[in-house]
Amino acid sequence: MVQFQNVTKKFGGVIAIKDVNLHLNLGDTFGLIGPNGAGKTTIFNIITGNYKPTSGKVYFKHEDITDYKPNKIVELGIARTFQNIRLFSSMSVIENVMIGFHNHINYSFFEAIFRLPRFFRDERNFFNEAREILAILGLSEFESYKATSLSYGNQRKVEIARALATSPEVLLLDEPAAGMNPAESDELANILEKIKKEFDLTILLIEHDMKFVQKVCNKVLVLDYGKTIFEGSPSNMLKDENVIKAYLGDFI
Amino acid sequence: MKYFRNLIISIILVLATLFLANKYLDSYLVMILSNIGIFIILAVSYNLINGVTGQFSLEPNGFVAIGAYVTALLLLSNDEKTMQFMLSDPSPLILWMHSSFIPALLISGIVASLIALTLAFPVFRVRGDYLAIVTLGFGFIIRIFAINQDSYTNGSMGLSNIPNEANLISIGVFALISVIVVLNIVYSKYGRAMKAIRDDEDATNAMGINTFKIKTIAFMTSAFFEGIGGGLMASLLTTISPEQFSFMLTFQLLIIIVLGGLGSTTGAIIATFLVLGGMEALRFLDEPNFFTNTAHPGLRMVVFSLLLILIMIFARKGLFGDREIWDKKWFNFKM
Repeated sequence: MVQFQNVTKKFGGVIAIKDVNLHLNLGDTFGLIGPNGAGKTTIFNIITGNYKPTSGKVYFKHEDITDYKPNKIVELGIARTFQNIRLFSSMSVIENVMIGFHNHINYSFFEAIFRLPRFFRDERNFFNEAREILAILGLSEFESYKATSLSYGNQRKVEIARALATSPEVLLLDEPAAGMNPAESDELANILEKIKKEFDLTILLIEHDMKFVQKVCNKVLVLDYGKTIFEGSPSNMLKDENVIKAYLGDFI
Repeated sequence: MKYFRNLIISIILVLATLFLANKYLDSYLVMILSNIGIFIILAVSYNLINGVTGQFSLEPNGFVAIGAYVTALLLLSNDEKTMQFMLSDPSPLILWMHSSFIPALLISGIVASLIALTLAFPVFRVRGDYLAIVTLGFGFIIRIFAINQDSYTNGSMGLSNIPNEANLISIGVFALISVIVVLNIVYSKYGRAMKAIRDDEDATNAMGINTFKIKTIAFMTSAFFEGIGGGLMASLLTTISPEQFSFMLTFQLLIIIVLGGLGSTTGAIIATFLVLGGMEALRFLDEPNFFTNTAHPGLRMVVFSLLLILIMIFARKGLFGDREIWDKKWFNFKM
């Protein structure tokens, strides 16, 4: 689905990622792991079009998306959540989800101004669809709450719901389990399993919680200082010498 | 449907009020109400770009000036134009353009929104304070243009004897239309996207929304109604000059929408009544009063400013915040 070909990104003199190759296959739950500053979020920002790579190419379903604008890439079917939660603070939970439907709602500007029948039909249909997504994520009771008044864990779920509303094929999750207690992150793992089946998703996620990664991912890629140091299954990862060095230091 | 029932009820109520006010109030009050009507159009449309979309722009005086000049030049007869243009002869374009009242207003709106479209490209390359400076510059450019291009605008002499076709009823109807249109935009996917841009533009982009397009739509709609408001103003006052459209006009609108609450359409309407009505109501302070026998020109502004400061201290986010008068809950999905 998503493929990186020798992607390098420099910020001035700092090399954020160097010659990274990445293959995300249909149906993968792919974990992106590494110490702070390893370049994980940079990879996300390159996929979503927020950054342009210094060199290398990014492909989505064999289409070169390296120079596409962020909104174009979402339209192609890649949605993301943010590391620091970025919900629309003046809106309710369900309005946040409705924003994700923007490009699927068909009525035009003039149909909205004159309140023609299609306006009411579309608004009603997508309102119900937003409710369905919230039900899947277990957020139904909060639908009319202000999004930023929810608990941290639930705000993360709203971000996922909002991303799902854009009907993505690939979902990028930036530290979805951060700040969750073990019970909450177990629940999240189950939800990811569920939405993956329900929406036919391929998931790429950044995570520091190794238990969570072991549980949900079928493939991982470990980065250190922008370089790939391990790629393979999560169970082999913890035995890998380079990974241990990167996380614990190489003084042992 | 509930939406259409509410719509018809409010239209009937507003029209009834307009006719009664026009019939029974004296001409002084009718004039003030007409002025308030124009400012409702301006404030509500300015609020769309500044409050709802959160783009801190300072351009309305430019669009109002464009609307006023276009309407004035469309309404004036050729004889009037040749007589009034003293600094230089009117250009052929000016002599050619002519139309009746309602088309003139619509043309003013369209001209203003087309200029907004071209302006959108440079303006929306920047955000925040920089956007304010770019749009502020636009307002100045329009005014300087009006002063210096004698053959189009008659320079600083301005235009007078503009046919007075605007009255309380027509202004009220236009105000009603602009409020309905703006509310219909706000409560649609476009309005939601505008609010999303105000809250977090990058996240909006990550939802697949073309933020430039949404901002341009807001800007053009805003300019359209500011153009119409300017046209109504020209026709109501029957005389215009470049000095009328200085930054003070923008400033006054800014006071109104901040007082009403940035992002609140009903707040903008109520604040228009408070600000313009309040300025009139405090007029007695300028006159000789009980304590002194001399007049105090400007005293009402002092009192008025103090009142504004007090209101802003107790209502930090304006009277309504970013909510509407009927919003009891955070989200009201009734139509």
